[in-house]
Formats: sequence, C-alpha cells, structure tokens
Amino acid sequence: MDIIVCIKQVPDTTEVKINPETNTLVREGVPSIVNPFDENAVESALQLKEKYGGKVTVITMGPPQAAEALRTTIAMGADEVYLVSDRAFAGSDTWATSYTLSQAIKKIGRFDLILCGKQAIDGDTAQVGPGIAEWLDIPQVTFAVKIDAEESKLKVERLLEEVNEVVECPLPAVVTVVKQINSPRLPSLKGMMRAKKAEIKNLSAQDIGADLENTGLKGSPTSVVKIFTPPPKGGGEILAGEAAEIIVKLTDKLKERKII
Amino acid sequence: MDYLLTEEQIMIRDLVRKIAKDKIIPKRLEWDETGEFPWEALKALAEADLCGLYIPEEYGGMGANILGYSIAGEEVSRACGGVGVSYMASGLGSTPIILFGSEEQKKKYLPAIAAGKKLAAFGLTEANAGSDAAGIETTAKKEGDYYILNGTKQWITNGGEAETYTVIAISDKSKGPRGASAFILEKGTPGFTFGKKENKMGIRCSATRELVFQDCKIHKSQLLGKEGMGFIVAMKTLDMTRPGIGAQAVGIAQGALDEALKYSRQRVQFGRPIGSFQAIQHMLADMATLIEAARALVYSTARMIDAGCKDFTLPASEAKLFASDVAMKVTTDAVQILGGYGYMKEYPVEKMMRDAKITQIYEGTNQIQRNQIALALIKESASKK
Amino acid sequence: MSIKVLLDKCTGCTLCVKACPFGAIKMEELPAEAGLPAGQAGKRPKKKAVIDLDACTLCKACIPSCKFDAIEITIEKTEAKDLSKYRGVWVFAEQREGKVQSVAYELLTEGKKLARDLKTELSAVLCGDEKIEDEVESLFHYGAEKVYLATHPELKHYRTAPYARTVAEIITKYKPEIFLLGATTLGRDLAARLAIRVGAGLTADCTGLAIDPEKKILMQTRPAFGGNIMATIQTPNHRPQMATVRPKVFKKIKNEKPIDKTKIIRFSPVIGVEDLIVKLLDIVQDDTVKVNLAEAEIIVSGGRGLGEAGNFKLIEELAQVLGGAVGASRAVVDAGWISAHHQVGQTGKTVAPKLYIACGIAGKIQHLVGMQGSDTIIAINKDPDAPIFKVATYGIVGDLFEFVPLLTNKIKELRS
Repeated sequence: MDIIVCIKQVPDTTEVKINPETNTLVREGVPSIVNPFDENAVESALQLKEKYGGKVTVITMGPPQAAEALRTTIAMGADEVYLVSDRAFAGSDTWATSYTLSQAIKKIGRFDLILCGKQAIDGDTAQVGPGIAEWLDIPQVTFAVKIDAEESKLKVERLLEEVNEVVECPLPAVVTVVKQINSPRLPSLKGMMRAKKAEIKNLSAQDIGADLENTGLKGSPTSVVKIFTPPPKGGGEILAGEAAEIIVKLTDKLKERKII
Repeated sequence: MDYLLTEEQIMIRDLVRKIAKDKIIPKRLEWDETGEFPWEALKALAEADLCGLYIPEEYGGMGANILGYSIAGEEVSRACGGVGVSYMASGLGSTPIILFGSEEQKKKYLPAIAAGKKLAAFGLTEANAGSDAAGIETTAKKEGDYYILNGTKQWITNGGEAETYTVIAISDKSKGPRGASAFILEKGTPGFTFGKKENKMGIRCSATRELVFQDCKIHKSQLLGKEGMGFIVAMKTLDMTRPGIGAQAVGIAQGALDEALKYSRQRVQFGRPIGSFQAIQHMLADMATLIEAARALVYSTARMIDAGCKDFTLPASEAKLFASDVAMKVTTDAVQILGGYGYMKEYPVEKMMRDAKITQIYEGTNQIQRNQIALALIKESASKK
Repeated sequence: MSIKVLLDKCTGCTLCVKACPFGAIKMEELPAEAGLPAGQAGKRPKKKAVIDLDACTLCKACIPSCKFDAIEITIEKTEAKDLSKYRGVWVFAEQREGKVQSVAYELLTEGKKLARDLKTELSAVLCGDEKIEDEVESLFHYGAEKVYLATHPELKHYRTAPYARTVAEIITKYKPEIFLLGATTLGRDLAARLAIRVGAGLTADCTGLAIDPEKKILMQTRPAFGGNIMATIQTPNHRPQMATVRPKVFKKIKNEKPIDKTKIIRFSPVIGVEDLIVKLLDIVQDDTVKVNLAEAEIIVSGGRGLGEAGNFKLIEELAQVLGGAVGASRAVVDAGWISAHHQVGQTGKTVAPKLYIACGIAGKIQHLVGMQGSDTIIAINKDPDAPIFKVATYGIVGDLFEFVPLLTNKIKELRS
C-alpha cells in the first residue's frame, strides 16, 4: 500500500505564552514540532506499511526550515520525503494549501491512500485534508480512530461527538486521523542517523505545475484582517452577594468567556 | 555545559531522555514498589536501537562507543536506577563474548543482544566469593566433549530474565587462579535453574537471582576463550564495564539533584522559596560540583577506551569509586533538602538514595577499588625508579 | 504580493519584532547609507527591521504595531467577480437521526442579526429523507424566512458525497452571500469539501460573527495558535462566504408565536452511484472513549471539603451538565473516596483545561502545581484564606453544599 502523509511544522502552541506587558505572543524559545495529529498520521501509515507492505512518503508545504519536520518522520521510518516550498506559497489559506498539496501529490504520482492529521494546532481549521480530497476528486473519511484495510478498500471507524461510525471506503481516498488512533513511535537511533543523511527533495511551484492564481496569498479566498490576544485572564475576583446572585454573576462570566 | 559530544552521542542522549520521560518516569515508583521487571522500558530502548551501542557493527551493534553507551546508561539511571542497572548489566554479560569470543560465538549470541531481543547476565559472585572472587567454588568438570557444571552463583543481576549468561567456574582446582574458565550458557539448558528473586533495598525492579547448576552439561564449544583464562576474562570484563557503573552513579545523582533543585524553587517557608536560603544553595552547589567531577572522570575514561587505550584499569577504578560515593552523598542530601517530603515514598528521592547504595558495593566494593588504586599507584611509582 | 519595511521610515523601535507570531522580523545592522552628512560617516548605522520573506506568512500582524507606517504590503488588485448576484444569509440545518441539531437553531438566531445588517433574507438548508419535512416548521420558529428542502432516501444519514453534491448544487443555483454551518464533526467534514467545490472562502470554528458596516462583508473571528490568539478573517472576493461556527457560542431564541409567512423551496438532487461509494456500515457506542482527564476541556474537582465519599455525587453531577471530567485532590484519593485516576496535582496529573472548578479544595501548592495552567479557575471554599483563591479567576467564599447544586441547576436551566 503506497501511502502519502501530509504533515505541517508548527510552533508548539502548548508552550506559547503571552507577554503580559505587551499582550503579544512570545515567540522566542518556542520549539517547532511536527503537528501532533500528523505524527499520529505517520504512525498509522507506518503500521499499515508493516502490515501490507508498500511505501510511506511524507510531504509538507512550508518554508525551508520545515525540512526538520520531514527529517523527524524519516527517523520514525518514512521512506521518502518532499518539501513543497516556494515564495509563491507564502500566505496560503486552506484553499491554497490544499490546492498546492494536491498538485504536489499529482506530481509524485502513484498512491493508494493519503493520510493527514485531523487539524494543525496553529491554524486549528481541519480543512486541508478534505480540501485535498476534493481537488483530487477522491473520497474522504475524517476523524478516523481506527483503520483496517481489505484489498482495495478501507474499513474506518470515525470518532464523532457521541457515537462512533464505521464506514467502508474504496481506495484511493483521503483519511484524516484523531490522536486517539495510536501512540506515535519514538524515533530510533538508526532512524535518526538515516534522517541526518537523508535527501530532502524540493518541489517548487513550477515543479508541481501550480496555477499561481490558486497559491499563496493571492490564491487565498480568506484573508486575516486582524490578530489580537484574547482578554487576559484577570486575577482573583471574589464574587459577592446573595447565593442566587453570585451564581448568576458566575454563569454570566462563563458565558462571556464562551465556556458555556 | 558542553561536554564536546559528537552528534551521534547527542542523538543518543536526547533519544534516551525522551524514552525516560515517556516510559520510565511514569512507572518507576510502581516498579520499585512491586519489584516488577521493567520489560516495557527495555523494549522501548531496544526499539530505539539503543541496546547495541557497545557491540561491534558486524554483529548488529553501533560500534565500539563506550562513551555513547555510558551516556545512555547515565540518562536511563537518571530516571530510574533499577532500569539503568538492568540495561547495563546486559552489557556486562555480553562483554566477555565481545572480548574473548570466537567468531562463531560472537555471531551466535551478539546480534540478538544488540537488537535488544535478548538480555545478558554475568555470573561470577558466589555466597563465599564476593570481593575474594578467586574463592569461587562452582566447578566445570571436563568429560569428553562436554563440561559438567555444578555450583551456585549468587546475586546475579538479570538472573532469570536474561537469555544469555557468561559464567566463571573452576575447571582445574590444582592450577589455582589459572584453574578457572569462562563459559556461555543459555536459559533453558537442562541442569541450569534459578533461585528466588531477591528482595532488595534498592534497584528493586532489577531482577537479582541465584544461578543454580546441577550437573549442567554443556558442549565444549560453549567455552569462552581458552581453559584457564576464566579470571582474565572476568577482570578484563569488569575493567571495561567499570566506567558504566560510574555512569549509572552519575545518572542517579543527577536525577536526585534535579528533584532537589525543582523542590527548592517551589517549597516556600518563612515567606520565601527555600532555594533562596544560603544553606540550601551551598548544598546544591556542592552536589552539582561533585556530579560534574564524577561525570568528568567517567567521560574521560570512556573516551580513553574509545580511543583504543589499552591500560585504563586505574582511571576506571577511580571513576567508579568517586562516582558511587558522590551518588550516595548527593541522594542523601536530596532527601535532606526535600525534608519530610523527601522521606515519603511518594516523592522519588528516597528511592534514589536506596538505589545509590549498591553502586558503592557491586562490581568491586569501593574498599577493593581503593586497594587496587593504591597498588597501581605504588607499582607505577616503583617502576619509575 | 509582497511586504517590506520602508527603511527611511523605520526607527528601529522593534515593536514589530515582538508582534510577529512567526519570528519573521529581525533587527539587522545595515551598511552605512550613502549620502550621510559629513561628520556622520564614523557613526554606527542603526539597526532596522528586516522581514524574512521565507518565514513571513503575510498575516499582517506587524502592520498595526508600527507607529511609523514603515511596513508596506503591496496587494495586486484582483478583479472582483460580480458578487452582487449573491444575496442571502443561509444556515445549514444539520440533522442527525431525523432531528435538527441545536447548533442550527443557534446559527439561525445569530444569522438573523447578520441578515438584518445586510438587509437580506435568512434561509435554512435542510437535507434528509422525506420524513425530514416534519422538522421544517421549527426552522421558521428560529428565524428562517425560507427553507431550501432537499429530500432523497440517500440523504437520510449524512455522507460526504451525496450531501456535498446536493448542497453545492443548491448554492450554485440560488447563490447565497453567506453560508454558515455548525463546527461539528459533520459540519466540518461537509464544509471543507463544499468550499472547494463551490469556490468559497471558508473560516473554521468561529466564535464571533459580524458585518463590516462599510464593506458589507462578514467578519469572522476565531481562535488560533491553540487558542492563544484570536484572528478576524474576511472573504472579500469569493462567494459564498462560508464559516463553521463553534456550537454553544451563540444563544438560540425561539419565536413561540405562530408563523404565517413561510416559504419552502424544494430541491430534488440527482444522486448517482458514484456518490455512494463510501458506505455506512455501523454505529458504535464506544464505552472506552471516556472523558480523559488530561484532555478534558472542563474539569470539576472535589477535595476534603466534601466530607465523605458519597458527596462526590455533587461533583459528578456538575461535571456531567458541563460535559466535563471529574478531578480530585490527593487528600480524597488517599481517603479512598475516588480512584487515583482522578487525582490532579504534583503526584497526580497535570491539567490545563478551559475551565477548572475546585470545590472544597484548599489549594496546597502540590495541588496548584497540577492545575494552575487552566484558562479559567473557579474556587468554592468556606475558608476565605484558602490558598486556592490566589489562583482563582473567580472565587466564591461559601459552602460548596449550597453553591455546587445551585450552579448545577443554573447550568441545566441555561442549557434547556
């Protein structure tokens, strides 16, 4: 089974802090990691390869430093990696990203299955996986928590809000995975050494025959108008009044914070 | 601090730290309580290709990299001394094969150990022969193409869990020290059984058992090296692995310092973190300095071995002696810094103190080390005349 | 399309460096500028901001931060398509098992405001088998003026392909300017595919919607970077402007009065075999997918103040109405009132949920260390000096036996 996994290098948003004085993101010292859901996707691909044979190719669209993320997947056991990188891709929203990745996939050629993590922890959209499926005109199965393969079709269990759904999907297809699907393996020492020496193949906009009307900022239907930090937590307010009053105040505050 | 490590050594260190964080630290207190053998952790180390760091490449290992192996052992021990000793005792059990094995023997036993599929153990100590290793009484009587082993080895680390055992036995009593030979045995050989698992003060998840030989018949191809070389095999093996013990001790000490440092920043008494009091600061400073000194001794000895130095008996002894004493002092101080909490089993430092003690005892007690160091100094001084 | 720092305007104040979420701006010493007045030749050149175009994602966070207008973005003008043909605010009426989901009603209520600001109509899109027509009435009660009803046996249960085809065709035919869906697993699965098919811009998981008074377009506000920042997004040149909206963010308001002006537009999709290649095999109740403490977004924890094991019931009830997990302090775990899986703290689990409610927990440092990273912390404790109040966002000095049931009931009330 030849599998292509799409990954993204992201800042570790669990480590990101807000500078209390300027109310802006503190970027220094925040490590760049492989998007955790994408690690689950790579692990799924490796498990499927171990079971059915084939090849695992990992691709990412990103700036040159995203090559590090690709090396991590080689250390886990990926066979081949591609860095889809070009200035023309800067500023892409999910439309442009899914288009660019689908063009790269077409260029790579043969595949049975495309795996993606459910969403990236910086953008949090969960839109690129299904977008790729639409560009390639193949079926999609999202929120996969279990994948079994039978000849040229998949049996996938999907993690919905209250129940799980089991679907059968023919290949080729795009499947996006949730973190409950597996525990990504740690890299092995031999893998890490192989990753250091590995060749990272680069694909530019021209290499993938990208229509520049659909890439980068220009090709993005959505654009960011403003970025701001949510109101700071604000310390310790002791709520006063009659019991019923206090409860109302509290629930109002929770509503303000969009928690309920 | 920059220890001038190679990229590969840094990879090893970072990889072991990751495994320690994910697989060892969450379970260490449980394993210590139940005495359960840490297969999960050893499996993770095996899958990460970390079991063959000292085994030559042609047998599936990473090549002679004693420093890399020491660093791995240090980082494992930093998380748990018991897992550390289980990991490194396999090195102890397979080093005789690396140093003295024939080509067939190396090809037969080393690849599985390098892959982490099998563990090894080393059997020298007996009830009546600890420091006085020459007093061993296990016999290996030659009968045609076979040797018959009779006797009992005591306190063997990985005993019962390992598959591959290198054992020293007396093949010819009349020859005195030249009458011992080394053998390779596998678990399951008829006549080779194990005693009960010992209930220890520390390194409790490590399996310590008797090896019991009752008319155990092994083929002469299981002889390691030549007849009569037994104690040479033992001494050369122990020399080679002594820095590893030092590494374990450094690791245990470092783990204890990490906990003490963390606690001293969190614990507030008299309106301030206790780490702001000079008494605590001085303790931390001494602990850190001692650890660096011990680490320096261990690393420089390991570098010597990796560089092909033939005579490293003296620095190896010094490294083991110093590092183990440091581990005992640092872990005790760590318990002191954590105060009442340090004494409670819920916090990891009392375990570290219990784990540290053995490093002053096994692989040659520190008293024996002092004897050896003094003898070596005098010999060197005498030869300069 | 590019961005650059105008060096003659840049004063080297470094505010933009701090504003950039991607670390793409650095201060660099530039070679001495030609034409420096005599006598200044020896002066060290000042450091100015330089944007690394490889790292820059053109997010524009730096532009408002520069007080000297020294950052310039040049945007090539794209030909605006004739967007005036697209009118109407639409809401996807998500249905499961034949019942319209609450999120659809929430979106209709909010959508009404947007439609009013745009002086346009609010509609709902409902897909299902023929029985789904029973649900149409409720859509009008929540504000829809028109319902696009697509019925077909294959639309009974959601699958991506038949739904994407049906809704895409309705959109192409009737051209809404805004299309909202709930950010549920169903909504996100559908919207992502649909947006590409119809050429729409799609914004995910919005928590705020408004109409820009000048441009008359939708302003979509949503969390990013794991919730650490908020972004406001627009889709200026593509229609419809699509967004998935986080459930439970907007209130739903029902109009109980009888509705007289209603309009149903029926649509019969043609669904071919190629739309049915993904088959639904089974629905599974997964008992092993329990609420994991470390991953829970809401945690309600109980401590010594509960008095006895049986009183954990109060904590469980509150956790349940909030859809959260149950946590505990070390004291009660040791006392055997609840299993150790629930322990939060230095020797238990470290958690950082959106909401942490500590009931009858003193807040010793060993507990705080395990939960002080939570976004919002509520503490209920009789003791005004309890250290938990130092980290609580909102504190209630009172009896948990009084306040916890009150809070539980209030949440139940708000939810219904």
